[in-house]
Amino acid sequence: MNAVIRPATRTVPTDQARFRDLLAAEWIKLWSLRSTWAAFALILLAMVGLAVHAALATHAGWPDWSAERRAARSPLWDAFPTEAQMFVVLAASGVGAVAIGGEYASGLLRTTFAAVPRRHAVAAAKLTVLTGVLTLLGALGAAAAFAVSQAILADVGANMSVGDPGALRGIAASALLVPVCALVGMALAGLIRHTAPAIVTAATVLLLLPTAVNEDERWSALLRHAMLVPAWQRLRDPNGPPPWLTDIHAATVSGAWTTYAAWAVLAALLTALALHHRTP
Amino acid sequence: MTRPGPATGSVSGMIELDGLTRRYGRTTAVDDLTLTVRPGRVTGFLGPNGAGKSTTLRMVLGLTTPTGGTATVGGVRFRDRARGLRHAGALLDAGDVHGGRSARAHLAALARSNGIGGVRVDEVLGQVGLDDAADRRVGGFSLGMRQRLGIAAALLGDPPVLMFDEPFNGLDPEGVRWVRGLFRRLATEGRTVFVSSHLMGEVEHCADHLVVIGRGRLIADETLDAFAARVGRAEVVVRTPEPAMLTTALADAGASVRPDPDGALTVAGVGAERIAELALGLRIPLHQLTPRTASLEEAFMALTAADVEYTAREGR
Repeated sequence: MNAVIRPATRTVPTDQARFRDLLAAEWIKLWSLRSTWAAFALILLAMVGLAVHAALATHAGWPDWSAERRAARSPLWDAFPTEAQMFVVLAASGVGAVAIGGEYASGLLRTTFAAVPRRHAVAAAKLTVLTGVLTLLGALGAAAAFAVSQAILADVGANMSVGDPGALRGIAASALLVPVCALVGMALAGLIRHTAPAIVTAATVLLLLPTAVNEDERWSALLRHAMLVPAWQRLRDPNGPPPWLTDIHAATVSGAWTTYAAWAVLAALLTALALHHRTP
Repeated sequence: MTRPGPATGSVSGMIELDGLTRRYGRTTAVDDLTLTVRPGRVTGFLGPNGAGKSTTLRMVLGLTTPTGGTATVGGVRFRDRARGLRHAGALLDAGDVHGGRSARAHLAALARSNGIGGVRVDEVLGQVGLDDAADRRVGGFSLGMRQRLGIAAALLGDPPVLMFDEPFNGLDPEGVRWVRGLFRRLATEGRTVFVSSHLMGEVEHCADHLVVIGRGRLIADETLDAFAARVGRAEVVVRTPEPAMLTTALADAGASVRPDPDGALTVAGVGAERIAELALGLRIPLHQLTPRTASLEEAFMALTAADVEYTAREGR
């Protein structure tokens, strides 16, 4: 303990400010928390487990279904059931909120910014690592959910293959919902600076708000199409809304992708601005 | 000294405040502070709770934006640095860690962000005596252990400037002794060591220089010796069977006399010799005549009494 203070083991010129060092630091931070592992496991379990559940239900009822009903339904509804996406939205936005809110709440952000005063670089590293990891996680979950559910449905011939129209789009939309929701959670935590209120706000904005807005008026349809979960629904359904919904203002696929992109970009910008300007 | 250490006396190791001010609404936490903290010595940063010490340190590190004035470390505003650990190390609040991580993971992430190798993490863990607790979660640490972890983080970049905010909180006597020794050693190596405390007793045994603030304003900026000579009032404790007579005589001679509860008189303003001569001339017997120096703690309390933000009130 009373050892002589030795100089740091320096390797040549010292003041290199490499961005990949910040990425590595955020990587260490992410994986050194147990809650990360738990949340990621929950997301995977929800995506695959609920897909299995939905596929088994279809599998069991299939013989009794009318031809009309069989024709109207998409195998993607079982691969990516709405309940699974609710889990994903909650868990992913929670992961994002914790990543930022946890640092504000614990005071770690002060330590972080004293070590790296260039705050926008910290923000960029955090956004990159979390978005990257959650994109991979989402892709893994979506691919597994698709594969497992279609394997179950194949037994009664109700499945589709990856090459079929809309399949890849459904997988991609479900995978990307994970990082986009995490970005929203990060932005809200950056603005609110507390984890729990950020999670509640994320759930309200992402899950509750869409239920209050329908598509029967032009303005309300526009508002609804600008929301994440409805956009995801549009991208998942191969032929647009089911025929029994006679909407006048239906969403478009390109519009839905635009919604995804807009939320992602806006959330990332808000996160960076909040970290840069707010006192840690 | 076997190693050169950071260059002594160069601007690289100086903290400079120039008119530094921070207001929160109508309250002024830090009020026009201008001072220089120099390398090669331990500078104690003293003031009552709420005097603005922590706000000042946060502004130095670029965490809080000043309302006015500037703060620089090594001539550069800290927020203009890309990386901080090699320029200044700081322990601001031992709680500024995430309780869910191990001490090692916390330090490893910090080190990595500044391009510092993992070997250094083990070194500083050893220096602060946390080797055995390195892989335990910080949430289970005592305050003293967190202080050690914060000190380890401050040492990571081997910086020329070190700042510690209330580092003695939660340390056991052995820990206090160790930290004092560490600060002295860091200063001997030519570093700038800036240590805040609200207790004079914590820093008077390791500081060479004192900066005292109250309500955000600079009260004193001088060496510990100069401070002691200026404010450490010489007093004489006198016992006599004739306190009233002696008090009158001493007051006439220009001394200030304070009766103590136990019957003794504490006299300031005249020396012991003069008191003895006076008493002899008036044929007043003296039973005790003891010169003493008020402690630095008392002097500090007297100096900042007017600026104490929160005072305990009687009968509330």
